[in-house]
Amino acid sequence: MDEQKIKEISPDEILIETVDLHSAGYRLVAISCTGKDGVELSYSFDKDYDFIHLRVNMDYDTEIESITPIYGYAFLYENEIKELFGVKIKNIIADFHDKLYRISEEAPFKEKEEE
Amino acid sequence: MGKRTVVPFGPQHPVLPEPIHLDLVLEDEKVIEAIPQIGYVHRGLEKLVDKKDFKQFTYVSERICGICSFMHGAGYCMSVESIMGIEVPERAVFLRTIWAELSRIHSHLLWLGLTADAFGFESLFMHTWRLREQVLDLFEQTTGGRLIFSVCDIGGVRKDITPEMLDKIVSVVTNMDKELRDVTSVFLNDSTVKHRTVGIGLLSKEKALELGAVGPMAKASGIRRDMRTQGYCAYKYLEFEPITAEEGDSYARMQVRIGEIFQAIDLIKQCIEKLPEGDIITKIKGNPKGEHFTRVEQPRGEALYYVKANGTKFLDRFRVRTPTFANVPALLEILKDCDLADVPILILTIDPCISCTER
Amino acid sequence: MSILSMTKTLFKSIVHGPYTENYPAKPRENYERTRGSIENDIEDCIFCGMCTRQCPTGALEIDKEEKRWSIERMQCIQCGYCVNVCPKKCLHMRNQYTAPDTEKVKDDYVARISDH
Repeated sequence: MDEQKIKEISPDEILIETVDLHSAGYRLVAISCTGKDGVELSYSFDKDYDFIHLRVNMDYDTEIESITPIYGYAFLYENEIKELFGVKIKNIIADFHDKLYRISEEAPFKEKEEE
Repeated sequence: MGKRTVVPFGPQHPVLPEPIHLDLVLEDEKVIEAIPQIGYVHRGLEKLVDKKDFKQFTYVSERICGICSFMHGAGYCMSVESIMGIEVPERAVFLRTIWAELSRIHSHLLWLGLTADAFGFESLFMHTWRLREQVLDLFEQTTGGRLIFSVCDIGGVRKDITPEMLDKIVSVVTNMDKELRDVTSVFLNDSTVKHRTVGIGLLSKEKALELGAVGPMAKASGIRRDMRTQGYCAYKYLEFEPITAEEGDSYARMQVRIGEIFQAIDLIKQCIEKLPEGDIITKIKGNPKGEHFTRVEQPRGEALYYVKANGTKFLDRFRVRTPTFANVPALLEILKDCDLADVPILILTIDPCISCTER
Repeated sequence: MSILSMTKTLFKSIVHGPYTENYPAKPRENYERTRGSIENDIEDCIFCGMCTRQCPTGALEIDKEEKRWSIERMQCIQCGYCVNVCPKKCLHMRNQYTAPDTEKVKDDYVARISDH
């Protein structure tokens, strides 16, 4: 995979883009998150080995819609990101409310401001 | 309308290789739904990127799981090599493929033994693991370790295989082919095994596409998808076809995995014939900067590796999305409307590797 | 439908006898490349500290004035990284690993201070 197709979008456009990809027949591969200098979410899709990514750059306080109404099995990825990073994702179908891993510290992967 | 009870299928169970918790809602012996809870083996390995530099992190990524250990190390090294633009020597590429296919044989033999143990057929479990011991002895002779090899490094591999060892690999693998035909014919033809697996855990092709199943789960439902056809490592020089089945029940998944063992033996012989001479490692200089997504076909399915680097010797982010994580929604779907006695077999049929899932 | 498919394997295993070895009565012979504990030829060591910096677990410690190189045996993961980076090639990996114990073991290697 030498060139990677990454498309930048804003947090409000996420639902429209995923509906387009779903009707074109793409499947969701993974949702990844990086927590340095704000939040960077990457949604990876694939169809017949054609691999594309949607990138959302935002900060910790913005809220983003969940894509579980379209791709039902995304609930595992979104619950994990919500619990480990503290990103505000709303309206997840089957929300575990931070009880998926039951870790003792809240949002350990989030960058803390005071060191 | 019967009464509903909730039975916990606990983290400790004789059939499970690793701990997972499921709350089963039953109505008179039939399962209505299952609620999962994971997190018993969560070690937070991805947070170690802050403390270990990118060369030391190879040893951490190998230790995510014991069964899929070599492929995790190889996937991480391939991602970093793509970011830095390093050309791996041809001999190292072929050696990585030989070890990867041997890992696939050992993982599928482990799964076959656990499945035989799940329906109580202990002597078959012992014979399958006796054959697996021959593969582990091969690993120890060539790399030094039985499960965790420490042989994959950024830029190539660290140890070479001498021609005597190559002949030994060919003779062990050819001998194992004959013995495997006896043992796998029990799995495929015995009437007690068929009674417990045919028609259990049906997953149709539409459901498999809708739920995002990967690996043998999807291949047994008729989806022809195998990441090895994309040609990473030495697979672009080898000839093979992905193995699929049509029915989508537990028996079909067993057929797919047994077929993959024989295909792996054939691929190893092809690799050894085409092995070129040359160096085994290139020296690297400098730090990586950039990001890359790599996909690798592990024994359990498709795994995704994401590495993000910012130019210092510590990485920004390393993420693994393992195949069991993608198969858990399919598991919750096939558990509906099954009997309570079939629950252990269905959990084993997705080949769960919980320590990979939780890292 | 076949219920006697296991007979061939069973018959072969009755004739062959046990496949397992009688460990610990008969000790196990490791192969040549088996990963084991690390040893240092302390007379050749120049105490540069490369191995200490590269060790992934932090099992090595070095003291230049006292000419002492010590290894925490239970922290070592036998990866062999220190053997690769040593500039004088004085570190070697044996093929016998440290025996399990109830306490943590720390080995010290001290060079004799010669009076020239």
